[in-house]
This record gives sequence, C-alpha cells and structure tokens, in this order.
Amino acid sequence: MSERRGVEVRLENLVRRYGTVTALDGLSLTLAPGELVALLGPSGCGKTTALRLLAGLEEADEGKVIIAGDDVTDLPANKRNIGMVFQAYSLFPHMVAWENVAFGLQMRDVGRAERKKRALDMLELVGLGRFANRYANQMSGGQQQRVALARALAIQPQVLLLDEPLSALDAKVRSRLRDEIRRVQLEVGITTLFVTHDQEEALAIADRVGVMQAGKLEQLGPPTLVYSRPATPFVADFVGLTNRIPGEVKNGSVEVRGTQLPLVQQDVPAGAAVALVRPEAVTIAGNGDGQSGPLVGTVIAVAFLGAISRVTVDLGDMTILAQLPTAAASDHPAGTRVRLALRPDPVLVQREETASVTA
Amino acid sequence: MAVARHGIHRTRWLKLQAFRYIVFALAAIYFLIPLGAMVEFSTRANDGSRTLVFWRQIFDYQEMIGLPIDTPTGIIASLELAVITSLAMLVLLVPTMVWVRLKLPRVNRIMEFISLLPLTIPAIVLVVGLFPMYIWLGTNVNDSILTLAFAYIVLVLPYAYRALDAGLGAIDVKTLSEAARSLGARWDQVMLMVIAPNISNAILNATLLSVALVLGEYTVANNLLYNNLQVELVHLGRTNAGVSIAVAVASLMFAFVLLVILAFVGSRPRRIHKEEPATMLASQSITSI
Repeated sequence: MSERRGVEVRLENLVRRYGTVTALDGLSLTLAPGELVALLGPSGCGKTTALRLLAGLEEADEGKVIIAGDDVTDLPANKRNIGMVFQAYSLFPHMVAWENVAFGLQMRDVGRAERKKRALDMLELVGLGRFANRYANQMSGGQQQRVALARALAIQPQVLLLDEPLSALDAKVRSRLRDEIRRVQLEVGITTLFVTHDQEEALAIADRVGVMQAGKLEQLGPPTLVYSRPATPFVADFVGLTNRIPGEVKNGSVEVRGTQLPLVQQDVPAGAAVALVRPEAVTIAGNGDGQSGPLVGTVIAVAFLGAISRVTVDLGDMTILAQLPTAAASDHPAGTRVRLALRPDPVLVQREETASVTA
Repeated sequence: MAVARHGIHRTRWLKLQAFRYIVFALAAIYFLIPLGAMVEFSTRANDGSRTLVFWRQIFDYQEMIGLPIDTPTGIIASLELAVITSLAMLVLLVPTMVWVRLKLPRVNRIMEFISLLPLTIPAIVLVVGLFPMYIWLGTNVNDSILTLAFAYIVLVLPYAYRALDAGLGAIDVKTLSEAARSLGARWDQVMLMVIAPNISNAILNATLLSVALVLGEYTVANNLLYNNLQVELVHLGRTNAGVSIAVAVASLMFAFVLLVILAFVGSRPRRIHKEEPATMLASQSITSI
C-alpha cells in the first residue's frame, strides 16, 4: 500500500434548504490534509447534509465545496473522486467482496487482473483477505462495513466520507471497528470527514470534533478541548453529562454552593447564573452523617459502568451527578449521607433559572 | 415427551403434504382436462381414428406461421410483439420507477395509480380510444402490426409495475445507487450494473407476464384490424377447426416452453466458491467483526 498524502478540503458558507427548512445554514469548515474531522450533533442538525453536499449527492443552494484547491461544487458525485461509507449496508448484493471493492476501479477502466489484485490488497488492509469470495449476506455487519471501507479506499479517493458507518453495529463490534477505521485512515493518510451522533465515537476517533446544531457549527476543536472547554451551553449539554447548578458570578469566577469555580468565559457580567459542571468534577469528600451544608446530601442511586460509577446525590433542593472510580463509589451505596466537593475546573455559565441534571 | 412431540409434528407435516398434493392434483386436472380434450380433438379423424393430419397442415397456413417475414402475422408477429413489448416496457419502466423512488418519492402513489389504470379500463374501451391514433399511425408513419406494441405496453403496465415494484422494494435503491455513484458510476451504469442485477427476478417476472399477455392477446389486435396469433387462430377456426385446435395446443405448449426457458435463464444459481468450506463460513461470520 503506497503512502498517500491527504488534501485540504474546504466547505465555504454552505447553505441547503428543504422547502422552508434550512438544513445547513452557512456552514464553513476546513479539513487539513490527512486530518480526520468528526461532525457531531443531534438528529436533524445538518451533519449528514454537509457530508452529502461534500460527496455531491446533493446540491448546495449557496456556498462552495473546494477540494485540493479545485472548486467541485458543480461536479456530479461520480466525478468527485470521493470514497464514502454509508450508514446502511451498501455492498452490492450480487457481487462478492472483491468484486464490490473492484467496482470503482472497473468504473475507471482498470483491467480485470489489475483491479482484482488491488481489490485483494485493499481487503488485506482491512483484514478481510480470506473473505474475498463471500457475498454480503455471508458476512456479518462489521465485516460488510469493513469491505465497504476497502471499497471506498480502493479508488484512491482524495477524501473519505464516513456517514455513521458504525451505527448499525453492536457496541463491542462498533468499538473495534472504530479503532480499525482510525488505523486504516492513519495508514493511508487520507483526509476524512466522519459524521456521527455518538459523542464517544467522535471524541475517540477524531483529530478535531465539530459540534453542530440547527445547521450551524457550534464549536470545532480537538476532542479534549470540546469536552473540557465547551464553547457554548449547547456543546456543554450535548457532549457528555452536565450538572446545571445555580450560582453567582462575581470577580471573574462563579460561586456555586459555597465553592468558587473559575470561568471559561472571561466577559460574564456579575449576577445570578447557572454553572455547567461535569460529573467528573464532582467528588465525594467524605461521609456526610450528622453534617449539613450546601454540598451534603443522600445518595439515591449508583450506576455501575465498569471501571467508573455514576452516583446520583439528592441535595434537598436539587440532584447532582458525580462520576467516581467504582472502588470509591462502592463505599457509598444508595441511602448513605455524603459530603461532595467540586473540583475547581473552569466552567461555563448560563443565564437561566432552572437547575437540573441533563444528559 | 420429545418423541410424542416429534410424532405430532410428523403427523401435521404429513397432513400438510397430503393437502399440497391434493391441491396440486386438482389444479393439474383443471388445466390438463381441456388441454387433453384439445389434443384428442386435434388428433381425431372424421372416422374416429387417430391422425396427425391437422398438425401437419399447420405449416400449410402461411399467415398463421407469419410468413412472409417482412409483413409478419400470426405466430411470428406475436413473438416479435412479445419481445418488443417486454424490452420497451423494461426500458421505460425500470429507470422511471428508480428515478421516482430516488428523486420524487411523493409521486410514487400517483405513478402506481396510473400504472394500475389499464386494469380498470375494458380492452374494448381502450381500443375505441386508441383507434384514432392507429389510423394516424397507419397513414403517416407505419401500419405494421408491430405498432401494436404501443397498445400492449399500456396493457402490460399494471402487471409489470407490480412485479418491478416488489423487486425494487426488496433492495435499498437509494443507498446502492449512491454507493455506485460515489464510486464513479454514471446513471446508465448504475441501472445496468447495480440495480438491474439485483432485481433480476422482478425483471424476469415482469417479462414473463408481458410475454404471456402478448401471446394471448386478441381483443385489441382484432379490433385494430391486425392479425396476430390469436386473431389468426379464430379465423382458422372458422375454416378448419382441427388445424385451429392443433395450433392452439402448439402455441400453448410453445408459450409454456418459452416461459420455462426464460425462468431458467433468468434465475441463474449463485456462484459457489469452493475454496471456502461452508463450516468455515459459518463459524467466522459469527465470531469476527
């Protein structure tokens, strides 16, 4: 497999309307050569529309798609040299695996012997060399998606598009295939746009994550930054779990239940606000028997998640989620009194009155 | 306990099998008795003895066979019409139905309604509507019997539509065509190399229905004053009933053989790759991603 360098991809002010609904509202996004960007967002946020516009499967009402410096906005899908893996299983049922992989090469008039050789090479790359002569219905979902990945890469595309390719798979297969996709993407060095609604998937696989809402990009950045420094309340809400705790902004920080927390935004006016605090920033400081205070409460549920556990604590006027190592959480079963502490991580604040735990 | 349950299942299975054979036998009798009677009639001489003279005389009736070939009638005309109608129906219907599914799904119900309309219009009414068009065609373009294909495409539309619709409904047309497009296929390549092979059974069914309908069609051809197989059969029946029945039996047998050939040609078995034993296929597909 020859090493290839990716190309730069630019989406410039893309607009796509369906009747009165604006699916994409001036999206601008640049993918660096060889970079994997994941677009993350709830259903209907426009992430798949963005991907389909880049693929040429839909036409933009406004804006431009530029690949390697060339404006391809008006090029049909079959002339864009883009590889795509779809959410639904998309292998051609009447062809065996190697014929599927060789299909794009056949469209490019590559001779049969050469395209079979290249198809088999690609199947080896995704670890399915032995499955070359199987039909789609003789393979599992994960295997089908790996063949689809090999098929997309066989044409040596300039860009690889992944449209929720893991969503139809079970959790274990999804995790393994996610790593497989990243390995192959790094090996080939192809610029890749990955669309998903699964935040764990996006954060685990991408160089940068773009969070979308209502056709707009809310934040684009490395996964750690998007998670730890969400740019907007929506991002904080959508990526990970968030405790919404009422507090008071003053002197460049927010006071939440007796604890001063630094602010992500520096220009927040003083006054009442809701702080968005991650569950992992909430710790159990000790036993709360016989104690009182703003962060003392009763454990009402402990959710075991393997190495970590999520503890729900009732503080009387609100509930708070804390995320702890399972060993620490096991000391505080439901019904016990605990004293919480808030780690002084920078937090976002929001001007609203409601306070609750949101997922 | 298990033995008793097995016994009950076996008894039920035997009853089901017996029921199937009885239904099959009744259906066979229903179809074979008239056929047998026709064979008997067409091989009976006036004195009651067996003879093949009527069968031999078939070839004396050039108009029934359809000769000369440049102005076909009878059997040859009907066969040519079957081929033209089937091909034209597929060329018109498959891309249109795929296009509607991909680009205009809201039009699907309207298209279904229009396609089913010929079922509700009596053939004689259709002829009245088509007659002026055929007068114009005969005067200005061509008065060949093959122009009947225009009317036959309308007649086969409901049957062909239903068959193709079932085939297209069984595959993910949108994803398959988008996958092919993203791999560089033009629309004609998408149709021929991706969609058509995956609805081959539906195409075959639509073709079989079209061929059967065209070979048996009488009303439209007769009223539009064209002599296809069925019209020639009726004409011949008025002059020589024995030969007429012999031709009817022969044409039925011919159509049956033709449909069987089409069915076998169209449903090629899937290639089997011997290098991978079945046991390996099963175990690996379960354990690996």
